[in-house]
Amino acid sequence: MSCQDHLYRGMHPREVSRRWFFQQCGVGVGAAALMQLLAENGYASDDPLAPKAPPFPAKAKHVIFLFMAGAPSHLELFDYKPQLAKFDGTLPPPELLKGYRAAFINPNSKLLGPKFKFLKYGKSETELSELLPFLGEVVDDVAIVKSMVTDAFNHAPGQLLMNTGTMQFGRPSMGSWTLYGLGSETRDLPGFVVFSSGAKGPSGGDSCWGSGFLPTVYQGVEFRTGGDPVLYLSNPPGVDRQLQRDSLDALKELNQMRLQATGDPEVATRINSFEMAFRMQAVAPDLMDIAKESKETIELYGAEPGKASFANNCLLARRLVEKGVRFVQLYHEAWDQHSNLVKDLEKNCLATDRAAAALIKDLKRRGLLDETLVIWGGEFGRTPMVQGGSDGRDHHPNAFSMWMAGGGIKAGARIGETDELGFQVAKDKVHVHDLHATMLKLLGFDHTRLTYKYQGRDFRLTDVAGQVVDGLIA
Amino acid sequence: MPANIKNVVLAGAAAVLIFQWSAPAQDDSLGRQAQAILAESCYGCHGAGQQMAGLRLDTGVSAVVTAGHSADSLLIKRVRGAEGLARMPMSAPPLSAAKIATLARWIDAGATLPAPARHWAFVPPVRPAVPSTSRPAWVRNPIDAFLLARLDREELKPSSEADRATLLRRASLDLTGLPPTPAELDAFLADSSPHAYEKQVDRLLASPHYGERWARIWLDAARYADSNGYEKDAPRQVWFYRDWVINSLNRDMPYNEFVIDQIGGDLLPNATQDQRVATGFLRNSMLNEEGGIDPEQFRMESMYDRIDAIGKGILGVTIQCAQCHNHKFDPLKQEEYYRIFAFLNNTDESNIVVYTPDEQARRDEILRRTAEIETGLQRRNPDWRARMAAWEDALPRQPEWRPLTLTVDDISTGGEREIPLKDGSMLALGYAPTKHTVKFTAKTNLPQVTAVRLELLMDPNLPAGGPGRSIHGAGALTEFRVDSAPGAAPDQFTSVKIASATADVNPPETELEKKFDDKSGNRRVTGPVQFAIDGRDDTAWGIDDGPGRRNQPRKAVFAFAKQVENSGGSVLNLYLKQDHGGWNSDDNQSNNLGRVRLSVTDAPNAVADPLPDAVRGVLQTPRSQRTAAQEETVFRYWRTTVSAWSADNDAIAELWRDYPEGSLQLVLAERTEDARVTHILKRGDFLQPDRAVTPGVPAFLNPLPAGAPPTRLTFARWLVDRQSPTTARSIVNRVWQAYFGTGIVATVENLGTQAETPSNQELLDWLAVDFMDSGWSLKKLQRLIATSAAYRQSSTVTPELLAKDPDNRLIARGPRFRVDAEEVRDISLAASGLLTGKIGGPSVFPPAPSLLFEPPASFAHKTWVVSQGPDRYRRALYTFRFRSVPFPALQAFDAPNGEMACVRRARSNTPLQALTTLNEPVFVEAAQALAARALKEGGATDRARATYAFRLCTARVPTQAETDVLLALLAKEDRRLADGWVSARDLAGLKPDAETVPAGATPRQLAAWTAVARVILNLDETITKE
Repeated sequence: MSCQDHLYRGMHPREVSRRWFFQQCGVGVGAAALMQLLAENGYASDDPLAPKAPPFPAKAKHVIFLFMAGAPSHLELFDYKPQLAKFDGTLPPPELLKGYRAAFINPNSKLLGPKFKFLKYGKSETELSELLPFLGEVVDDVAIVKSMVTDAFNHAPGQLLMNTGTMQFGRPSMGSWTLYGLGSETRDLPGFVVFSSGAKGPSGGDSCWGSGFLPTVYQGVEFRTGGDPVLYLSNPPGVDRQLQRDSLDALKELNQMRLQATGDPEVATRINSFEMAFRMQAVAPDLMDIAKESKETIELYGAEPGKASFANNCLLARRLVEKGVRFVQLYHEAWDQHSNLVKDLEKNCLATDRAAAALIKDLKRRGLLDETLVIWGGEFGRTPMVQGGSDGRDHHPNAFSMWMAGGGIKAGARIGETDELGFQVAKDKVHVHDLHATMLKLLGFDHTRLTYKYQGRDFRLTDVAGQVVDGLIA
Repeated sequence: MPANIKNVVLAGAAAVLIFQWSAPAQDDSLGRQAQAILAESCYGCHGAGQQMAGLRLDTGVSAVVTAGHSADSLLIKRVRGAEGLARMPMSAPPLSAAKIATLARWIDAGATLPAPARHWAFVPPVRPAVPSTSRPAWVRNPIDAFLLARLDREELKPSSEADRATLLRRASLDLTGLPPTPAELDAFLADSSPHAYEKQVDRLLASPHYGERWARIWLDAARYADSNGYEKDAPRQVWFYRDWVINSLNRDMPYNEFVIDQIGGDLLPNATQDQRVATGFLRNSMLNEEGGIDPEQFRMESMYDRIDAIGKGILGVTIQCAQCHNHKFDPLKQEEYYRIFAFLNNTDESNIVVYTPDEQARRDEILRRTAEIETGLQRRNPDWRARMAAWEDALPRQPEWRPLTLTVDDISTGGEREIPLKDGSMLALGYAPTKHTVKFTAKTNLPQVTAVRLELLMDPNLPAGGPGRSIHGAGALTEFRVDSAPGAAPDQFTSVKIASATADVNPPETELEKKFDDKSGNRRVTGPVQFAIDGRDDTAWGIDDGPGRRNQPRKAVFAFAKQVENSGGSVLNLYLKQDHGGWNSDDNQSNNLGRVRLSVTDAPNAVADPLPDAVRGVLQTPRSQRTAAQEETVFRYWRTTVSAWSADNDAIAELWRDYPEGSLQLVLAERTEDARVTHILKRGDFLQPDRAVTPGVPAFLNPLPAGAPPTRLTFARWLVDRQSPTTARSIVNRVWQAYFGTGIVATVENLGTQAETPSNQELLDWLAVDFMDSGWSLKKLQRLIATSAAYRQSSTVTPELLAKDPDNRLIARGPRFRVDAEEVRDISLAASGLLTGKIGGPSVFPPAPSLLFEPPASFAHKTWVVSQGPDRYRRALYTFRFRSVPFPALQAFDAPNGEMACVRRARSNTPLQALTTLNEPVFVEAAQALAARALKEGGATDRARATYAFRLCTARVPTQAETDVLLALLAKEDRRLADGWVSARDLAGLKPDAETVPAGATPRQLAAWTAVARVILNLDETITKE
């Protein structure tokens, strides 16, 4: 969202906008003089997107968050529960359900055993679902948390919590916080890019990557995989690249005259915005053209040039990170298996397993994995109890699984356990806030000190909670 | 003596300390830190509100602190739980070691607290004397005097007056959001009278576009949007509220009344439709209709949102913080937050039918003519009263119905929530699946059951009051089925055959409306109640009797072929199949029942009572005691039963066919029954209610008027009380912000202790008091600002002034900043002549990429049928706003998406903005239209045309150098067009079916001018107020 009831002690919104590209492009004599003046007054360092060193040594420079929206079943994918199989068809112990609220089902529904076999993968002999053979190939590079918990059991609030640290609207997303803390390393592309694939859009909508009360330059920009990657990137009919250049030259000349006449440095920022737009028009389509990748790489991901898919988005995420994009988020909304658990999980894993594993392999062989944190997971887990006949599970906030790799994550770490039914966390609970704290730590921040003053109070991604999960860090 | 106090006395006997205020030796920030810790953890029990064990810690006098000696201080011992003393704070988590260390350091450093002076903004403003200044001739009104006094202190001089063209454009944009037309400019430039400018300000204030411009600012605070938000984000109808804001501002409704209507308009005596619509302010909260939500949880979220909007938008105080705990900085306690909450809590989330003036006139006419025909019947049949009495006396006795206590099978509802109400009915809320079969189970002790009655009841929480959940408040019952089991063997169900169905409404067979299309290709119909027992899924009992009559309770009776007999009573499963909705459950296509009650009887031959509930209700009153209105209610039904009167009855029915559909509007309605009790919620969690509270207001603000009833209306009036310290300051500060870019207090949402220091508090106070003294007139305030010398200054800035005052807080120059998102769009449309000036009405759908409204960009499919004709070019204020899919051209320029109240927009400057104004289709159409306009109206030479187009956008005549740049571009692109590099028809947007080349011009000319017009529309100056 674009509401900025923030500032003081922070920055005036005008200042924020003014400085964005100020340093990055020559804007004529008058502007140069102004820049000089502003630099003398310490303004130039205010560029809100200038790359910044984090306060502490960072392991990760980039984040790729594979958001499995809809909430994948931990019980079929990561968290094998033989006891759940044993007690299939029986009612859960009443003490487990005390105070438990479910979204759709009567909590006192029968238990449903895991629907898929688990196999042992890697040197670590990690148990994973038979549906995840490709992840199995890289499982020794991956840390798995089986003890995630969240506070929400509806999608939109759950996705907001996972993205912004609260179920309420209006707070900055983790990508925005990251950009706010680290700035951007690319001048031709947005620093926070979002893709969406799957059967639906994210339940939290645009607010999942919103900047909340942070300046709007930090909000995520959606890239589209059909047509223009960025809305209105293409010139309108009848405008070729030369006409666009001619127009921008005229604009620049006229705006420079106005800059001289008014003395307002905002005009210089405007000139730079147009110049960057022009560069983005050239860079973005090129970047989005995955056909430029080798056949082997395309194959690795299972990508298909010209199509819209999660696999293509994974490959694009790597290409963006290579260009210096700070935070890439891929939404794949497909995991809400109230029914059709078996068929849909097969389908979803076919669509995602290979590409997600390929992303790790590809980053690794390019030397990018060390500095790129990859996170996989959804907004909550699914009930050990059945929904419907025998092929569905309801929303479950008490326990779910996620995995991470690269960016300073300890390869092969295994964190947490759930009880025998996969209902409650039994050991080493990791709350969403803890995940955020750990992510920020890897990016070089103390999560309690990356703050922004808003409405008279210092806000942070982790609200008033969050413990770094040391066991996840290499 | 209680044990606690004994400890205090024992420990305190050694060294009783008197706190000192702000001793110079004390580290002030340490004092503040200590104060914050004490406020958070101690003041709740040992503060202004209560002093447990007689101990008060917030006033600076305390017996538990030994200054300079933390180790001896009881405070430290108690928070540590040392020496076997009960650890403080009692029944709360212990203080962290860091906090205890801070307290210890603070005590060792002398234990002084920061000064307790009342924060300036919590003292009601008084009118300050207008200061004398260095240059009285410059001062046009007191605003100037206050500003100049400050500039004098800073040794700065005001800037010279802006030129007339700039000034008129500035005032036009500020007051109407639109640039001046060439004719308006010419008139002003030619006016040599002494008050030429003031006349322009008055003209602009009288313009109906004034209300549009300022409504948008208020709508930000009102978090207005046309959809529900959250996952489903279905469309909602609230534009009557938007139009109410526009109209209220246009007629300069006093701001205090403006606020009262929005918070409590429905409670005013004889509340008008407008006053009820105004409460839409509170209903603009988002609504979660995700499957499986708990509606109460999200009603609470709405409540929090409402209080936040009141805090930011009206009070100018951040009160949201106290939702979970006492406010850390401002003297607001959590209890006080929930006392405000209590004023607003006893309401229903109502959704009423509203009518435009034209529709209202049509309604009145139908009612008038109906009454005319009825009076005629009575006149021609003088014995009607006796005949009606005889009819009444002959009415058959109603069987005795026993309401069933229903339980619902959670899984059967498809994510809809069935809320049990006290009368035994079930209210469906939350997600509304378009196809589902709700399964209720109930036990009856009746040994014989012959029939089931289904009542469809009204409820204020349903659309238009119900009884159904379709957007009109109607619904359809596809099939009704019953299983029974003996009470003694409650799992041995057998199907019960239903022999007949009767209902009080049996519409003729009607094909389903298009909005319920389920893409099955089947012909699906509604009709008489037999359709609910015919075993077919394509037919349903419909209750939609058309506008004006559909929203009333209905009933059906399903008689069993063979009575269910179980001496020990029976268990019944009752299945309500509701499959007559459309294909998309996320787009208001549900056709479900809303509030249902089921009863059983053992009477033979039970049928549905044909009398409407309203008539049946009147009959309970003895005839002699009925009012004229009650008699009319009975007559209105009875006449339809008199077969001899069919011609008149038909004439009336014919009249009602024209009854206007109206629109819907979300409003607030006070609950008349089952009043809610408000509790403090621990940590703001609705599952953790603490003690109950009564309505009340925070002690640090003005008190409630003595003896006023504790109603929402009283609260509304309290908000705009003359003694409110922040309300008037808050709104004048926001108006100031709109003119000058930054408020006098920059943190316009919060004037509390954490607010930024005012740049000129005297000015703020003077404006606030003058505003109230002038009858809370916003137009008078606007006039005062717009005619001040300060506002009229040139915005040109020197490097020296820029360095000294980069944000123009001192107003030593005029404002210069990029206009709001909506104006960026409106300027393009106005300059190019495309703008449609129509004010108000349903929101419109200008072109937007269709992929935005489909998965995976949007959660689900959203309907966005691009408006054609004039609605394509309406002001951006009228663009339909989906919260989860913001309109991209507005979002790029920082328009908020309505998820929470916003009183201060960001003002960014990004490449995405450049891409939007360069390439977005409507901006491109504006360039094409501006090109055509320049060729048509701009004069004979290219230089004249360039000048004309430039002036349409910026209001000023370009310099020769500027025109040269444009003409060079024109020449170059004309050459490239001639050489075939680009297509003239494409660039000019020429379509084969609609030639729009101006007379005498060629497509190539139009294309080359389009390139030029596009540049002018993209100038920084075009989207900037100078």
